[in-house]
Amino acid sequence: MGFYDVYSMYYDFDFESFFQSVEEDDVRRVLSRDHLTELDFLTLLSPAASEHLEVMAQKANRLTVQHFGKVVFLFTPLYLSDYCVNHCVYCSFNAGNSTVRSRLTMAELEQEAQKIAETELKHILILTGESRLHAPLTYIKDAVQVLKKYFTSVSIEIYPLDMEEYRELIDTGVDGLTIYQEVYEEQTYAALHPAGPKNNYHYRLDAPERGCRAGMRTVGVGALLGLGDWRREAFITGLHANYLQKKYWDTEISVSLPRVRPSNGKFQPKNPVTDAQFVQILLAVRLYLFRAGVTVSSRERETFRDNILPLGVTKMSAGVSTKVGGHTRENQGISQFEISDERSVSEMSAMLLARGYQPIYKDWQL
Amino acid sequence: MSDRLVIGGIELENRLFTGTGKFSRNTLIGDVIRESGSQVVTVAVRRIDFDSEQENVLLHIPKGCILMPNTSGARTAQEAVRIAKIAREAGCGNWIKIEVISDHKYLLPDNYETIKATEILAADGFVVLPYMSPDLMVAKHLKEAGAAAVMPLGAPIGSNRGLQTREMIRILIAEIDLPIIVDAGIGKPSEAAEAMEMGAAAVLVNTAIATAGDPVAMARAFSYAVKAGRTAYLAGPGAVKQFAEASSPLTGFLSQK
Repeated sequence: MGFYDVYSMYYDFDFESFFQSVEEDDVRRVLSRDHLTELDFLTLLSPAASEHLEVMAQKANRLTVQHFGKVVFLFTPLYLSDYCVNHCVYCSFNAGNSTVRSRLTMAELEQEAQKIAETELKHILILTGESRLHAPLTYIKDAVQVLKKYFTSVSIEIYPLDMEEYRELIDTGVDGLTIYQEVYEEQTYAALHPAGPKNNYHYRLDAPERGCRAGMRTVGVGALLGLGDWRREAFITGLHANYLQKKYWDTEISVSLPRVRPSNGKFQPKNPVTDAQFVQILLAVRLYLFRAGVTVSSRERETFRDNILPLGVTKMSAGVSTKVGGHTRENQGISQFEISDERSVSEMSAMLLARGYQPIYKDWQL
Repeated sequence: MSDRLVIGGIELENRLFTGTGKFSRNTLIGDVIRESGSQVVTVAVRRIDFDSEQENVLLHIPKGCILMPNTSGARTAQEAVRIAKIAREAGCGNWIKIEVISDHKYLLPDNYETIKATEILAADGFVVLPYMSPDLMVAKHLKEAGAAAVMPLGAPIGSNRGLQTREMIRILIAEIDLPIIVDAGIGKPSEAAEAMEMGAAAVLVNTAIATAGDPVAMARAFSYAVKAGRTAYLAGPGAVKQFAEASSPLTGFLSQK
């Protein structure tokens, strides 16, 4: 049984009627509980719950400090290659965009790594577009070997792999996997991923589970908020994380809440998520999955990121570039998406300390 | 009369062990440790940046403290052993608090893997202090495997719920001929005092201090509580009576003539 079976149970679920039936007392009842059921979680995503954000926030804050302390983990992404054979409608790396593509040579990667290592960050997340021709597994493995000289933890956010391939990467030194489904609703998924291997919904949906089985220490899931109906997408994301957490209890499961950003392809999301809605999702996820890490990227604006710190965030990116060679090259490629928070690692650290949070640069070594 | 706790051949006067995680800034750590009087400080090896001059948590630990690196993040005995060796090679001494946790929801220890790691590391010359779910048979195995102390949890780590496992800990204190150090779950000084009154050799407190409004003041409060509890234990508290004993309604007839 895979996650699709769990998801299928809600395929014909009447979300609208459920949301209409939720009353204030239901929300209060859920907020008084320590362990939430799936429908409790959905209750917190309801319109009725949106009137109780402050109470939810107080509880989310307490739970986060209790389980994670007054700390925020920092990492930075490193783009290896922007060659891509997919046609994701919302992404600048879309194969249909005629633009000059590139990938880092190992010498260039070494320079990027050195530059990032100067910040003293020890966690790096490597990203590529999907092209087994330009960024095959052997290339990724070579890159990991270079990066392990500078960083104690290397995570990947690349095209989905087979379990054996994940295992090979783990043996090379990778310990974390991030892979977003982008949108869980199947028809929308098909429409937004019209061509390329990413069109295979199920292969992507099962990738986090393959990562868990292969032995990844940390696995992160998420939906790109704005592509589908946000209440439903947030709900399925939470169920996905819970499914993995229950089944693979030795893997640290985390959730990301990326909001779709404008990209080179001028994509405009059909269902934009407002700040208040984003906060509701963040709080509901924290209350449902009290031990899950929650990552907030530099897609979000500086002030907004600062304000949501106490609401359940555990991990943030800093010193971000979403371009290949963004840290050292003079002629950089295109950004995968426009970032909103351009603060450096030291600027992020100063902000965190000023707000009573310790920035953590290193949280794993083996 | 001196009341020393001896672990790994080292005599300790202070019975409050502290941790270094969850603080809002590392610069608090020095003051917290000084105020707590703690002589043993645990640090997660995963968090120590051995290369960094600024981010290195070890720089904040007062000189003279015994460092007790912990294997937080280890999912198996094998990973715990590797982490312990990283710590020793980096100059962190030979004490090691074993944490093997393969449950990421409640962070409950894996007793079986913990016994395995204890055996390997004790044979390799480490002073091994294993964190465990309180269980008499497991504690016996840990002793046989060479543990220098046993560290049962009072409640799930970080839960601040107090001594939920007190009956099991009571049995360990009575039966295991090793220092029993209550680790995890202690949320208030009164709970630390309770553990010490029961006869625990020491307590380890981290979350309750690190996440307090004023961590330094809370460290002081825990220090008092541990001393009070220990003093009470040594003083031998009177037996707790559920019923008054003034008369003997059920056996009084025996003394009637």
